[in-house]
Amino acid sequence: MSTTAQQPDRETRTWTRPPLIKDPRKRAALYIGIVAYLFWSLSSIEVDIPRLLEGLERASEFFAAALQPDFLTRRVDIWQGFLESSTMTAVATTVGVALSVPLGLGAASNLSARPVYLICRAILAITRAFHGIILAILFVAMFGFGPFAGVVTLVVSTIGFLGKLIAEEIEAIDWTCVEAVESTGASWWQKVVYGVAPQIMPRFIGLTLYRLDINFRESAIIGIVGAGGIGATLITAFYRYEFDSVAAILLLIIGAVYAFEYLSGAIRRRVL
Amino acid sequence: MLEIKGLLKRYPDGFEALKDVTVTIGDGELVALIGPSGAGKSTLIRCVNRLVEPTQGSIKLGDTEITSLNRAGLRKARRRMAMIFQSYALVDRLTVMENVLSGRLGYLGFWPSLLRKFPQKDIDRAFALLEEVGLEGLHDRRADALSGGQQQRVGIARALMQEPDLLLVDEPTASLDPRTARQVMQLLADLCAEHGLAAIINIHDVPLAREYTDRILGLNAGKLVFDGPPEELTDEVLPEIYGGEDWSKKEEDKKKDDDKDIRSSGQFVVEEIL
Ligand SMILES: Nc1ncnc2c1ncn2[C@@H]1O[C@H](COP(=O)(O)OP(=O)(O)OP(=O)(O)O)[C@@H](O)[C@H]1O
Ligand SMILES: [Mg+2]
Repeated sequence: MSTTAQQPDRETRTWTRPPLIKDPRKRAALYIGIVAYLFWSLSSIEVDIPRLLEGLERASEFFAAALQPDFLTRRVDIWQGFLESSTMTAVATTVGVALSVPLGLGAASNLSARPVYLICRAILAITRAFHGIILAILFVAMFGFGPFAGVVTLVVSTIGFLGKLIAEEIEAIDWTCVEAVESTGASWWQKVVYGVAPQIMPRFIGLTLYRLDINFRESAIIGIVGAGGIGATLITAFYRYEFDSVAAILLLIIGAVYAFEYLSGAIRRRVL
Repeated sequence: MLEIKGLLKRYPDGFEALKDVTVTIGDGELVALIGPSGAGKSTLIRCVNRLVEPTQGSIKLGDTEITSLNRAGLRKARRRMAMIFQSYALVDRLTVMENVLSGRLGYLGFWPSLLRKFPQKDIDRAFALLEEVGLEGLHDRRADALSGGQQQRVGIARALMQEPDLLLVDEPTASLDPRTARQVMQLLADLCAEHGLAAIINIHDVPLAREYTDRILGLNAGKLVFDGPPEELTDEVLPEIYGGEDWSKKEEDKKKDDDKDIRSSGQFVVEEIL
């Protein structure tokens, strides 16, 4: 049928994928620049062998202590720290989810009017602009030491995380079912409840459980800068060189994270 | 019952999908809307319930001017015209019953609909309709656990749940096998007759359109080029609607044309691979 098939040698055409940067000189300059930067940054780190050895020594001390974790000496502090972290996690996740749902709906471009969309996106962008630690330092400065600053930190991080992912999930749903719901004369909120919510529900539950888990681990970290919880207990033990208590706390955190993992797996299996 | 006058739709990119369409549809009239892909069939029926905003012209449902309604008014008007989709457009994760009952959303407040507290009369009606479309006993199945034909029946039951005066049907049979397609068309025709509904049915299958509808509208490039009973839709008229001269060609010619089509549709093949 086709003429080229009968005369294959008439013209051999080659093809390569068009490069991202067309100008070969610019491309070479970019590659050389990247390599040079990597070398420069490696040399600027100042690898100091004696200090490295010293550190290893201290590490071995620490690991030795870790082999005999001491759960008992500081058991009251540890218990209180855990309780505080758990409370912080539960409160922050609940409040964070409650706030991120409306923001997520507002930040979905297919669902919300342009001005609402822009405002919600801006709020979400601000909440994600800083890492949890920075937020914690800020809120500790604002509200003083203790779990309240920690809860506010976790709420803000939760909003940034969940709000954005919910919005993106909504933007990817099958729109024809939403139109079908709309064409029955449904209001905007009914459209959300019948057309949007069922489609994002599995992902939403999964993300919420995942965030619960993140919030617990985060609560251990932000405690280090004074925002309460098990992190505060941990850093106190570090400062007192009570590595056996430190090891006990770390083991408990690992155990808790595993428990969450198991729990959320079980919940997810049920609802999906 | 439906009066469309000088309807024009220009999409944001400037493309005019409908150019000055004027047509009147009477009570209980079953109308097929045919035309080549891209003619504007979906655009036309979506303008009627304003899933697509018309650019110009007038659409009157009874005495209500649809194009100038505000949100609340549009909500009310939409109850009277139910839509049925090619891809069924059921909410997969909801049960068959919830999908059917969602046809009542236009009549229900927010809280009762959130809590699934539908009036007993609606629930009775939903059961009766499920029976009528041949899905008795499947009310608690999840919608995505049904076959295509069954899903389309749920779509039809949802539409009738609205107690509409007019059905807007967008290619109800395009994803179904020939036999199921006939059954669905038969069901639509029966239900329209029984409930006294008018319907506009977008359809690519000309023989099915001829067989089941009272009147056929032909759309080409956004213009209405045919309006008449099925008997008047002869092989001489079809090229006017679909374009080209190859409608009455003999079998041998047809094969060559198929080859040509394959080459010209190469773009689609590429898109599918990507
Ligand atoms: N959102 C949009 N923006 C721009 N152009 C659009 C849009 N939707 C549809 N169109 C164009 O309008 C024309 C009519 O589209 P429409 O979907 O109404 O055709 P159709 O007759 O239903 O076709 P088919 O039989 O393939 O469903 C097409 O050319 C299409 O490309
Ligand atoms: Mg269409």
